[in-house]
Amino acid sequence: MIEATECIRASNLSFGYADGPTILDIPDLTVQSGERVFLYGPSGSGKTTLLGLIAGVLEPPPGTLSVLGHDVGALSSAERDHFRASHIGYVFQMFNLIPYLNVRDNIALPVRINEERKKRLGSSLDIAVKDAAAHLGIEQLLDEKVTRLSVGQQQRVAAARAILGSPELIIADEPTSSLDANRRHAFLELLFSNVAEAGSTLLFVSHDLGLADQFDRSLSLPELNHAGE
Amino acid sequence: MLLLHLARQSLSNRLLTTSLTALSIAFSVALLVGVENVRTGMRESFSNTVSGTDLIVGSRGGTIQLMLYSVFGLGSPVANISHETWEEWDDHPAVSWTIPYALGDSHQGFRVIGTNESFYEHYKYRGGQSISLAEGRPAEEVFDVVLGSQVAERLGYGLGDPISVTHGISDVGFMNHDEMPFEVIGILDETFTPVDRAIYVTLEGITAIHLGWEEGGPPMPGEEIHADHVHEMDEIHVSQITSFFLGAESRAYTLQLQREISTSEQEPLTAVIPGLALSEMWQGIGYAEDGLMVISGFVVLVGLLGMLVSIYTSLDARRREMAILRALGAGPRRIVSLLVLEAGLLSALGAFLGVIFVYAGLAALQPWLEGEFGLLVPIRVLDQAQLMYIGAVIILGFVAGLVPALKAYRTALHDGLSVRV
Repeated sequence: MIEATECIRASNLSFGYADGPTILDIPDLTVQSGERVFLYGPSGSGKTTLLGLIAGVLEPPPGTLSVLGHDVGALSSAERDHFRASHIGYVFQMFNLIPYLNVRDNIALPVRINEERKKRLGSSLDIAVKDAAAHLGIEQLLDEKVTRLSVGQQQRVAAARAILGSPELIIADEPTSSLDANRRHAFLELLFSNVAEAGSTLLFVSHDLGLADQFDRSLSLPELNHAGE
Repeated sequence: MLLLHLARQSLSNRLLTTSLTALSIAFSVALLVGVENVRTGMRESFSNTVSGTDLIVGSRGGTIQLMLYSVFGLGSPVANISHETWEEWDDHPAVSWTIPYALGDSHQGFRVIGTNESFYEHYKYRGGQSISLAEGRPAEEVFDVVLGSQVAERLGYGLGDPISVTHGISDVGFMNHDEMPFEVIGILDETFTPVDRAIYVTLEGITAIHLGWEEGGPPMPGEEIHADHVHEMDEIHVSQITSFFLGAESRAYTLQLQREISTSEQEPLTAVIPGLALSEMWQGIGYAEDGLMVISGFVVLVGLLGMLVSIYTSLDARRREMAILRALGAGPRRIVSLLVLEAGLLSALGAFLGVIFVYAGLAALQPWLEGEFGLLVPIRVLDQAQLMYIGAVIILGFVAGLVPALKAYRTALHDGLSVRV
């Protein structure tokens, strides 16, 4: 792969579920590598669908969406799963963790699922997990059951998991909406510094426009999306 | 390895459901394997009721009836055979030994068998084990009585106790030979065969209690013959026996002897080969055990169905978990594998517990089964059939796991990353 400067490029991306109406119609969307992008998306604007497409959980039409130089629509379902595991870190709004694994196993999970991501660790899995936890200030919680953690702690575990093995793209789907204002700010700081260290691109989705000014660039999904017009 | 780790953690996280499900599978497997064990024990103790005997000979009649009254102490003989006929066959050059049986009397519901010393010497059961005495000596004198182990235990008799014999073999005999006091002089070791439930006297003893009964009914009052008279008699003439067990000089003579006895002009006789007759009889009653197996098979199916339901109902609560796994790059196939693996682990755990239950149960219940039913269920390593059942249960467990797994697969594809919980 040549030094890609474009992390995400959508051109004439159009998508709708099976027989349903077209939900997304995006003529043009570009995210550069290393950018921290804020994507504003109120509920119902199709942001979950867009993230699903970028992450390769949903199947876009071939030739309309390229992520890290790969034509997502041209990949098979198994290839998309593998691609997601290798290159993308994902943080949900809440309930990010597997309830029956402890903190350590939760953080290590994506690397265990994917060999490529393991190769990028640069150290043993155990040390990498400790490092990631230390960066997010949760190293003392490694052996805790995740059900004992506060929501804020859970989100930090999710962030540690997302950055482990430095994936090129980190997608955060409203990760701060369940946090109060103080914790929201602290969490963002941690996320930013870790993303910067890993050299990853950050695509941050939220309906809270107040966060937008902390990012390199902000986009509005309702403006990008021409579906229904 | 990762999937195994996940499956194990997931199962131990839902400890209560997991252990209840595993327990229900364990009980059904225990039932299946246990029934198979009891079945084997029954078949073995049945076909080993008598061994080492080449032929059993009685008056002409059904072979099964002959087996029933001679070996199992069930039903009654139609006719007797004469003492002379028995002696002639006993002297036959191809015959090594015979054990005479004179039947028709009982004591407190237990059958009284008139026989001779040959019984203690030649009667064999379960692969050639001989009769042995726990206490006392074999019956030799007219009023000597040897008890089967169960008779002694149930009636609480010991050496030296006097007993009276009832004519007829129903529970309550209609005539008591009270005037003939018999005395216990020996008690046999336990054999787990009908031998334990019989009382052994000499042929002379049986004849003696019928002295004065030659007319076919009890003696007139005043004409009873008492024990003192018997002791004064020089010799008691035994005129009839009911059947006899026969050992040939060589196994090779068995068929020839059988044919010779059955076609004998002198007195109409029937001769059966006990091993053959026993396996024929088992085939006749064996369908009952098949029914038992079918039932325990269904119990296993119900157990697995319970597991299927418990995994299936947990799926809705686990949709979030599936979405997280998907987001981390686990393909739908991994999610299917995870659930199938969980089901497989559960059924394997259940099967393992079930086997432990069987052995624990056998160890605990063996004495009771022996005492109560005279049934010896051996504790031994799992045989091939049992291993196959257990293997089938585990495989069925995996298959049952496919049902919820495929549902999860569809849900995972449909949900993608967006689950509203």
